[in-house]
Amino acid sequence: MSGEQAAAAGRVPAGVPVGPGGAVALSRVVPVSGRRWTVPRWVRRAVGPVGLVVVWQVLSGGGVLPADLLASPVDIARTAGGLVADGTLPSAMGVSLQRVAVGLVSGAAVGIALALVSGLSRLGEDLVDATVQMLRSIPWVGVIPLFIIWLGIGEAPKIALIAVGVAFHLYLNVYAGIRGVDAQLVEAGTSLGLGRWGLIRHVVLPGALPGAMTGLRYALATAWLALVFGEQVNADDGLGFLMNQAREFFRTDVIVVCLVVYAMLGLLADFLVRTLERLLLQWRPTFTGQ
Amino acid sequence: MTPGTSTRPPESSRPSEPVAAATAAGAADAQEGGGVAVRVDGLVREFDRRRVLDGVRLDIRAGEFVALLGRSGCGKSTLLRVLSGLDREIEGEVLVPRRRAVAFQAPRLMPWKRVWRNVVLGLPGRPERVVAERALTEVGLDHRADAWPKTLSGGEAQRASLARALVRDPDLLLLDEPFGALDALTRITAQRLVAEVWRERGCAVLLVTHDVEEALLLADRVLVMADGRIAHETAVELPRPRDVGDPRWTALRAQLLGRLGVAEADGGADSHVDGDVDGGAGVRRTPDGRGADR
Ligand SMILES: Nc1ncnc2c1ncn2[C@@H]1O[C@H](COP(=O)(O)OP(=O)(O)O)[C@@H](O)[C@H]1O
Ligand SMILES: [Mg+2]
Repeated sequence: MSGEQAAAAGRVPAGVPVGPGGAVALSRVVPVSGRRWTVPRWVRRAVGPVGLVVVWQVLSGGGVLPADLLASPVDIARTAGGLVADGTLPSAMGVSLQRVAVGLVSGAAVGIALALVSGLSRLGEDLVDATVQMLRSIPWVGVIPLFIIWLGIGEAPKIALIAVGVAFHLYLNVYAGIRGVDAQLVEAGTSLGLGRWGLIRHVVLPGALPGAMTGLRYALATAWLALVFGEQVNADDGLGFLMNQAREFFRTDVIVVCLVVYAMLGLLADFLVRTLERLLLQWRPTFTGQ
Repeated sequence: MTPGTSTRPPESSRPSEPVAAATAAGAADAQEGGGVAVRVDGLVREFDRRRVLDGVRLDIRAGEFVALLGRSGCGKSTLLRVLSGLDREIEGEVLVPRRRAVAFQAPRLMPWKRVWRNVVLGLPGRPERVVAERALTEVGLDHRADAWPKTLSGGEAQRASLARALVRDPDLLLLDEPFGALDALTRITAQRLVAEVWRERGCAVLLVTHDVEEALLLADRVLVMADGRIAHETAVELPRPRDVGDPRWTALRAQLLGRLGVAEADGGADSHVDGDVDGGAGVRRTPDGRGADR
């Protein structure tokens, strides 16, 4: 490191003479508040998606992307408008969202309950964990035919598929979160007179929350995926059905509309998790980028 | 709490009968009965068949400030954990007050609770915020009551941890090298704080430290631990606040450093810390049958 670099980094390296004799290049530390106006975060976050759409439109307009392979954004907006106007899209979204919600809630309930059982007690761990670890390596998409045979072709197999994906992710992360709680804090809690439930409530569960949040992110992503798979097999409504139908009629615009809806819902889910994390994990100072 | 009363009969001359008689009484009774805050006899703790505590005998009177010195790894923290009730895989007799509080070397605050909620954590009922604020004021930290623990400085976190111990109004305050991680200046402030709090509260204090000067500044009595036992004890019969320049203080310091096996200009003592106490404690060794396993 040269003397100049070191000075720029705010340090004076050993051996560089400081004082009347030596000439040391000094640099000013610029206060952050000195930087005037910055672009709001949400605008910056929108740059990527908007840019993508613009590039896509330019490619479509220039004939690089033929309309029968991929419809242009403008066409897609028009198609989306039509689908919304005749009520197809809202009803499909309503059905799909409901499936995700029910699957998510029931899967979360099962996953978290199992994680608590095996995370909090050694007996529970012995009884539950091996079983879950074994089942989790089964590719759940391969279970669809079985679910249909077991549960019929109604809502049950689709919701079950979502629930299974959600439950595994939450189980793994909540369990790991519980077991990752600092033993020293548990000990401190004990010395403060907390009983078993006090420890769980004030020490173990809050400590497992970061892990649970990670689990929730994965669970949401899995829920959408499972929804697509579930609805493309044997469904007569919902977003997946809409896509399947569009495929049969070579309507790439409808397919893309559905994909865009998925993307939007994904963005919404991410926003919800971010908000939850900001509320629940505000005690945790983490690296937020520079 | 005059320093003059802090001596007690040497281990060898103390009859063992009264100790046995006290076993039946509950911990709290022992405290009320004879003004005794801690009574430990024949305490053995093994880790993988290695005796870290080997027949510890220790009495602390109510309101007494005792410092426990010893080399790193000699079992100070282990003894403190036993006294706090966190470690019960022991043999021997241990009587402690029901109301006791620990401040660990690391503050161990729950990072997900604001400072004041940390302070009242574990108190019975639904404690009011003012309860926490009173304790925080005592340690000069009331202005940080709403902070997240991870935003506190080392000294602040340590004081919050002390407030959390004090709010329990303990009869026995156990401090495990609470100033170890603090810088020299903050440590001096923290030591004064503990001295002040002790004077006002009048609870018995067991301060584990490896700092001879800290022990001599604060304690009525200084114990030296070695080979799993209390190998030596010195009453510090000097007026408070202690004067570091006092020749008696310096002499005590030299003596203790000698006990700890640190060669000093004078020292005078041999480095065999064991010589002082009779082998009586050793007789109480229990066979490896581990009767006290719970
Ligand atoms: N949980 C444990 N398992 C095995 N050995 C332990 C455990 N806790 C402490 N020890 C050992 O006991 C000895 C005393 O430890 P400790 O009481 O922490 O020392 P210190 O006097 O420095 O506080 C050390 O040798 C340490 O390695
Ligand atoms: Mg220690």
